[in-house]
Amino acid sequence: MESSSAPKRNFTTKKEFYRQFRKQSIAYELWLRFMKNPTAVLGLVLFVIIVLGAILAQTLADYDTVVIKINIGNRLHGPSWDHWFGTDELGRDILARILHGARVSLLIGIAAVGVSLFVGGAFGAVAGYYGGRLDSLIMRAMDVFLCLPDVLLAMAIVAAFGKTMVNLVIAIGLSFAPRFARVVRSAVMGVRENEYVEAARSIGARDLWIIRHHILINCMGPIIVQVTLYVASAILCIAALSFLGLGIQAPVPEWGNMLASGRTFMRDYPYIVIAPGLAIFFSILALNLLGDGLRDTLDPRLKQ
Amino acid sequence: MIEYIIRRLIALIPIILVLTLVVFSILHMTPGDATVIILGSEYTEELGAALRKELGLDQPMLVQYAKYVFKLLQGDFGMSYVTRAPVMDQLSVRLVNTFWIVICAMVLCVSLGIPIGILAATRPNSVFSQSMMVVSLMGVSMPIFWLGLLLILLFSVYLGWLPSSGMDQGFLSLILPAVTLGFNYMANIMRTTRSSMLEAIRQDYIRTARAKGVTEHAVIYDHALGNALMPTITIIGLNVGMLLGGVVLTETVFSIPGTGRLLVEAINQRDTPCVLGALVVMAFCVAISNLIVDLIYAYIDPRVRAQYRR
Repeated sequence: MESSSAPKRNFTTKKEFYRQFRKQSIAYELWLRFMKNPTAVLGLVLFVIIVLGAILAQTLADYDTVVIKINIGNRLHGPSWDHWFGTDELGRDILARILHGARVSLLIGIAAVGVSLFVGGAFGAVAGYYGGRLDSLIMRAMDVFLCLPDVLLAMAIVAAFGKTMVNLVIAIGLSFAPRFARVVRSAVMGVRENEYVEAARSIGARDLWIIRHHILINCMGPIIVQVTLYVASAILCIAALSFLGLGIQAPVPEWGNMLASGRTFMRDYPYIVIAPGLAIFFSILALNLLGDGLRDTLDPRLKQ
Repeated sequence: MIEYIIRRLIALIPIILVLTLVVFSILHMTPGDATVIILGSEYTEELGAALRKELGLDQPMLVQYAKYVFKLLQGDFGMSYVTRAPVMDQLSVRLVNTFWIVICAMVLCVSLGIPIGILAATRPNSVFSQSMMVVSLMGVSMPIFWLGLLLILLFSVYLGWLPSSGMDQGFLSLILPAVTLGFNYMANIMRTTRSSMLEAIRQDYIRTARAKGVTEHAVIYDHALGNALMPTITIIGLNVGMLLGGVVLTETVFSIPGTGRLLVEAINQRDTPCVLGALVVMAFCVAISNLIVDLIYAYIDPRVRAQYRR
């Protein structure tokens, strides 16, 4: 509506031209559309706060002297001005541990989704692009893995290879890969029949080149949305595995293992399980809101 | 129809086989010697070698796998490394607890989630609808284990109404685990029902029904609901897998001796046959529930039914 009411343009300077032109750009339009969605903006703001917390964690609280150093004299103090969320059973500041926990969760979450995007995306793109027998072979194989809940698959992988951070990334990444394969496959099938793909093929482009330069670029929308939502699932999965004692091991702070170790003291000191849980809850909420907001922005047809 | 069911059941066999092969090979890569775990402090070279031979661990992996599958088809999950009892015995005892938690959670969620979803869709801008959307958003973002801890704090520690752990108080001890496990699931059912109802209500046949003077109640429950329920049924079925993943956490939070707990214990004790058994059983349950969903689909939707006739 905006653009049709402002057709009178006087480009007196080059700067003015760019200013006018920028208003028309797709990214700018999308940004405006995104900003009109209050829940999406809430999600973005929450997510930025969490990311800032993770980045500034080391500046705000030193890892060696505050986060993992045991201080029995300070044990199980309630929330106070010095310790906003109180201290845990070993006298460590809970807020500092949550901030450093954000680092662990975000890093592993994003890395794991990267792995599953790479593995699942490759299979999904090939299945969607070539179709036919190859497609049904790949997708049947992926369906087999979908029979096992992703937490359980990740548990099996961690059980076999040991509980290190790298194994956790691989475990979660691989267990999410079949879901990504489905998403990428259906997105690829949606753009495969477009004229520009045919045009590229007619000038002799190779399949891999077409997939990389035309197909994947044009299915970025749904993929970005799914990445956001799956980072949320990955963070939840890390917390769940750590809660079960199969993920991040003490003394490294992680929200799930903080809950697991705080559990024993929860009857008398409930704050010890409130704060880490809130951290998980708000991260997942932020990413879910952000993902839904991005979906509405990138594909307005889906919005009701 | 029966032919279709049989065909689907036969199609399950390769799925289970491939899945066991994958899990078997993942677990086979576990570093360390199983006989060391079994024998513990009694371990000596000779005893270890003898036991390895007895358990068939000295053979190539594929041979071991073939033997495992052969036994599996007869319902034999092998011997636990730790208790030295058949895995099947442990599984069958523990499956009962898991079964009740999952069933209670499902009944609770379906019986609450669908009506709430319908109400929220028929009054889209009401306070009720808005607040239910907030609840469902919370449900989707709530970690199961944290919800469980919070519920224990509220209902067992402060109010003292419900037991916080174990299964010894019958139905009472099922309430908190079922609510914990199902909250997320219910939120999903609610969201799906609401959005598919909203979709259905906007269709032409609803306008036609209203124009003919059909009462609003009949429009919603006779005309819209049947069509709107399909996506909900999909979600109910697809998320059984999610429930089984969640059951591991729920059983840990509430210290319930179920299959999920068994799996975690087995992983920690590196009891490979037990891990494998628990995973196979869970995967089998998911596959069966997917099959049931497809059957319900065929039963409800005449278009799908017609497809299977061919």
